[in-house]
Amino acid sequence: MVMQLTPKASLHLPRLAELVRVESLAQREKVFELKLKDGEELGHKPGQFVEVSLFGIGEAPISISSSPTKKGSFELAIRATGNVTNALHRLDKGATVGIRGPFGNGFPLDEFRGKDVLVVAGGLGLFPLRSLINYIRDNRADFGRLTVLFGCRAPAERLFCDELCKWQDCKDTEFLETVDVGDDSWTGSVGVITTLFLKIDIEPSNTYAVAVGPPIMYRFVIAECVKKGIPEDQIILSLERRMKCGVGKCGHCQINNVYVCQEGPVFTYAELKQLKEAV
Amino acid sequence: MINFVDTLIEKKAAEEIVGVKASDSKYIFGKLANAGELCLNYDVTLLPPKKYFLPQRETVFKFKLGDKPSLEPVAEAKSTILIGVHPYDIKAIELCDAVFTTINPDPNYLLKRDKATIIGTDCLSPNPKAFCASLDTATTESGFDLMLTDIGDSYVVAIGTAKGDKLLKKYAKTREATQSELAGRDGQRKKALGEYKVSLNMSPEEIPGLLEVSWGSPVFKEKSEPCLSCGSCVMVCPTCVCFDVQDDVAFTLDKGERYRQWDGCMLVDFAKVATGENFRDDKEKRFRHRMYRKGKYLQERYGKLGCVGCGRCALACLAQIASPAETFNLLKAS
Repeated sequence: MVMQLTPKASLHLPRLAELVRVESLAQREKVFELKLKDGEELGHKPGQFVEVSLFGIGEAPISISSSPTKKGSFELAIRATGNVTNALHRLDKGATVGIRGPFGNGFPLDEFRGKDVLVVAGGLGLFPLRSLINYIRDNRADFGRLTVLFGCRAPAERLFCDELCKWQDCKDTEFLETVDVGDDSWTGSVGVITTLFLKIDIEPSNTYAVAVGPPIMYRFVIAECVKKGIPEDQIILSLERRMKCGVGKCGHCQINNVYVCQEGPVFTYAELKQLKEAV
Repeated sequence: MINFVDTLIEKKAAEEIVGVKASDSKYIFGKLANAGELCLNYDVTLLPPKKYFLPQRETVFKFKLGDKPSLEPVAEAKSTILIGVHPYDIKAIELCDAVFTTINPDPNYLLKRDKATIIGTDCLSPNPKAFCASLDTATTESGFDLMLTDIGDSYVVAIGTAKGDKLLKKYAKTREATQSELAGRDGQRKKALGEYKVSLNMSPEEIPGLLEVSWGSPVFKEKSEPCLSCGSCVMVCPTCVCFDVQDDVAFTLDKGERYRQWDGCMLVDFAKVATGENFRDDKEKRFRHRMYRKGKYLQERYGKLGCVGCGRCALACLAQIASPAETFNLLKAS
């Protein structure tokens, strides 16, 4: 038997965290600010996720929405969809939840350094990408141009609106957004997210494209990135799977021989092309 | 042998003495009340001995609810002596060890595994669906504390570990085996190799490469057509280690526990996420995934093939499609 490693009791045991702020983002989306009760930092990288426990309900994998540059607490932005997330939406400030993680590889920040970064966020894909965007903005000198494309279905589904405005007004970030279907109040772009690619000018060999959104968006966004001439190993995507244990054992998130909770959830397009059943 | 087992039951009362017992017309691993219950000449057990390290249902921690929730980790293990484990099941335990003790070692598994003693026995009458002879899993040189081979009027015992040696010295009457007894053991093993009804038309080393080029094969659709998605194949498999994690709340709503229980990739909702998307939504994909796990993925990750040829899946499958040997042979032929 191979037993060179000492098991951590914490492998399946969550740490307790307090909800210190709960704020509504859209009809079914809220952002939760959490503080670990042991006083420690979460210590995550943008693109990683945690397993959130509501004791008696269960556990769900949730991407981390705040940048690690924000100290003392972290944020999870969550749509009420399943058992755990619906129950979480019923909680108020002061409630206690369980946290395991951070898990997963996160975005390859070291490779991004010195390069231009094109962020493509479709709907809820903004949640993990917000961590990356704010991280880059807080370490602005380490990165080249930052371009953010955001698309959602309707103006009412825009998320983190205050921050979107801030990014729009900021000289060191190029921010473009669109909605699939507009309304009377909407004066911005209308059309799917790929229409924004016509409006940007990038230097493909020096650019990393990072896209997170629904699986259907990936097909079209990848095609646009390839058309722009971005190399396949510089197109970065994050995958959704049912990550139950988070530690590469339970099998639910497996794609071929890859455990998304371990080797992912962030992959390059070049890697994903080798994985069948990935997108 | 009877004396040895009875002595173990009597002197090691604090430990769980588990062995192979008859249950109706089948065999199971269960707690032995006396040595008379032990059946060492069996073909295969319904469930593999994996259940002693990864139980069907296991509490991971207990929690108290209320304004100040608290958690209490649970990792329980009783010293257990497993008697009569066949070589293919020992090979399967070695794979489980790789899964649970190498990357992110699992405290619950390790505790149980550490407290277990494995007394193996050579399989001399294989079941009709087994194909261990084709996978080099009919015998084993590792993974046991003691290994018994029935040579007719006595047993030859191979000592695998110091723990096994100590147990044997303390509780059994033994002497050095003679050359002719060792030859008898070799003869028994050789004879058993000839008893396998199913065989692979390839070496085990060829399987990952075969699967590498078989992804689009029509075999998966054809074979999976009658699948009932019942999960029987994965529930009886000695190398299936997937599990689900759930919470259970007490009737009083003030406390509860988180548990994990066996789950399997052949069940419909295994890869389904909260939004409703199911990443292996049809039986062909699930069937193929299982075959690749057995023949390729686990090999790539842990260096050991994910199938030991025990034949349990094929015996349990109502649709009669579960045997990896059949699928691998079909892929090779096509």
